[in-house]
Amino acid sequence: MSSNGSPSSAVFSTRPGRPRGGHPLVVEIHKRSAPRAVFSGDQLVEIDLPVGARVVYPRPPLEPLKDVDAAIRYALSHPEGAEPLYAKLRPGMRVVIAVDDISVVLPPMQRPDVRERVLTIVLELLAEHGVEDIEIIIATSIHRRMTADEVRHMVGDRIFKAYWPRRLYNHDAEDPKGMKELGTTDHGEVVELNRAAAESDLLIYVNVNLVPMDGGHKSVGVGLCGYRTLRAHHNPHVMRDCWSYMDPARSALQTSVDRIGRLVEKTLDVFHIETTINSRMFGAALDFLHKNEDDWTGAERAAFRGLSFTLARLPQPARQAVFQRIPSPYGMTGVFAGECEAAHRRTLERCQAQYLVPFEGQADVVVAGVPYISPYNVNAFLNPLLVQVMVQGYLFNLYRGAPLVKKGGTMIAFHPCTDDFHKEHHAAYIEFVHDVLPQTRDAVEMHRRFEEKFATNPSYIEMYRRGHAYHPAHPFYMWYWGEAGRQHLGRVIVVGADNDYVPKLLGWETARSFAEALEMARGASGGRSAPEVAMLHVPPIAMVDVTP
Amino acid sequence: MRAPRETVDSRGGVDESWAPVPASFFDVDGTLVRTNLLHPTLFYLANQPTPLRSVGSLVRTAARAPRMVLAEMVDRRRFNELLFLAYQGISSDRLHILADEAFDTVVRRALYPGARDLVQRCRDHGHEVVLVSGAPDFLMERLARYLGATASLANRLEIKDGYATGKLLRPVVAGPEKARLVREWARTHGHDLADCFAYSDSYSDVPMLSVVGHPCAVNADLRLAKLARTYAWPMIQLGGRSVAAALLERLP
Repeated sequence: MSSNGSPSSAVFSTRPGRPRGGHPLVVEIHKRSAPRAVFSGDQLVEIDLPVGARVVYPRPPLEPLKDVDAAIRYALSHPEGAEPLYAKLRPGMRVVIAVDDISVVLPPMQRPDVRERVLTIVLELLAEHGVEDIEIIIATSIHRRMTADEVRHMVGDRIFKAYWPRRLYNHDAEDPKGMKELGTTDHGEVVELNRAAAESDLLIYVNVNLVPMDGGHKSVGVGLCGYRTLRAHHNPHVMRDCWSYMDPARSALQTSVDRIGRLVEKTLDVFHIETTINSRMFGAALDFLHKNEDDWTGAERAAFRGLSFTLARLPQPARQAVFQRIPSPYGMTGVFAGECEAAHRRTLERCQAQYLVPFEGQADVVVAGVPYISPYNVNAFLNPLLVQVMVQGYLFNLYRGAPLVKKGGTMIAFHPCTDDFHKEHHAAYIEFVHDVLPQTRDAVEMHRRFEEKFATNPSYIEMYRRGHAYHPAHPFYMWYWGEAGRQHLGRVIVVGADNDYVPKLLGWETARSFAEALEMARGASGGRSAPEVAMLHVPPIAMVDVTP
Repeated sequence: MRAPRETVDSRGGVDESWAPVPASFFDVDGTLVRTNLLHPTLFYLANQPTPLRSVGSLVRTAARAPRMVLAEMVDRRRFNELLFLAYQGISSDRLHILADEAFDTVVRRALYPGARDLVQRCRDHGHEVVLVSGAPDFLMERLARYLGATASLANRLEIKDGYATGKLLRPVVAGPEKARLVREWARTHGHDLADCFAYSDSYSDVPMLSVVGHPCAVNADLRLAKLARTYAWPMIQLGGRSVAAALLERLP
């Protein structure tokens, strides 16, 4: 589907002489450029960008490690800022291994998952050194518990059979006996951690770093903590002070998490194992989605047409299955172990090498398709609140330096915004969207009036503890997650919504076509003849390194 | 009733303010315990003064079974009335002497894993916890004490000359009457129903679930599960889930 009525170049013209950055992954649109493909949930649409618009493409996937097992063994024996893992081991000690949960990577990767490969080698090493008292905890924080099938996919059959469910289990942040207070930071942040981890002789954390905000102190300081600790930084005040979430040095959230993590590291012996992956989200059949549309071959163009035609005719659950049930062929690009901050510095370098694309100037209008998946809806529907977090949280924050869009600028997003929810995973989201949002969109007000009521709701907490629901504080965090974007953006216009009231609840406007959205954006920019338009061509993930 | 309650202010500090305490109303059979009204009744019938009387009572109750099945399908209150006829002729002393053993043998052991935690969590958050059950009051009082609940609203047997007549005193705690009792309790104890919680496993308790602001289906039967999904009520599984309920939950 192509949006009709592409604006004329007289309205959206190039600005000759203006520096364009010149990076090969920043493509400028000309009169004869092909339409661009964007995700609109689990469908694909084509749009005609105005002449002069710049499109930021993701970097091609980095070359994966040739011998992953050897790289893992090397990292464990040659860690950063710490003694080798084997030197920490002694018979009879109690070891807890914590692993990242299903929120990374997206979609789940083909077997063997990176975590299985690391765990296999770590468990062998522990066995060789006579360590038998081992528990593996999935560091879900207040995310939903992973199902047995999901855990098996992540850790592999052998580890699953040996450890599940007594010695391999999900973290429970609401188990009154299962949490232990470690202390309070000098900024008053209460640090409460999973008791088994807190009372272990050695805590090993196995991370998969999808984006730069993952890993580091966030691994233990968020993944194994609970609501009392999270509320110190997951609140509107801290979120408004992040530039951006993906730039740890300029993120107030990260600063708070670092303080918490440092307190943890003072108390516990923690050995971090961080891994990075490339951006190969799609298999060979969909590889063309990484590419500049101008460079598509005839076969790739036909494949795109066929895919978008088919998706448009499939019922939603089938579309969801097509995208979410097919694991991604990500390749592991790095593994770094040892002391938290030293190892994480290496991880960030690798992560940035995969994602950062230089970009000069800021745009008046940023265009982005919203894909079908976020960290919080694996095997579930991307509900309206998660659409919000994708637009104003993740897509807005995929920058370093300065936001891609100017202060007060417009974001045009593509998504149906369907009023649907996974009834179990997102039970508390439903009440949030349909009871809290109609009363207020002000994050500070909802934090004050509603958050605690939700966070202490025994029904929702029971669903989190014994079912597979997100903690009832989580929908609030999703709204706060969009706070930096909400404060910065002048307006959000959504194209392709199947209803008006969901966008209205989110504080967004709707347009029937991309052309109409562009006209609305032009009006908002004071009627200037040529607003600067940029498009973030994701997924796979790309981050802009903006020089204003 | 109004009580002080801590609230977290916008910067994470603590603000003491006065707010009404919510109440949590729990159905019991099938919700907190896996047994139903029949189990304690059978315990009493099996523990009559003589084996002969036990056999006689059991036979009479069995003869009423078809009527009870029909009653259960149309009117929970009528079912309760038929079932409690089984207690006819049992002395009041015997009801109470056997209550501790009946509670230990039939009720306490049948508590779902997690039931006590759930009630405790409600109490931790300052809720008054009220059991609302069609079971006999002498058992529910013991369960309330065991769980730390504030009170129980349960069925009371009519006693004449020291013996149970087999009739229930009004109000009979079942179906829509539960909703009235919950409203009444909230009114007399100063709870705002919009802040209150109710938990049940059964479609017959929809009236009770509907009067509070936070209904929750626990181990829901098929019809309640369907309704809970439609209205996006939270659903909890304290016991094993039925195949039908599991299938229903998997539907998109």
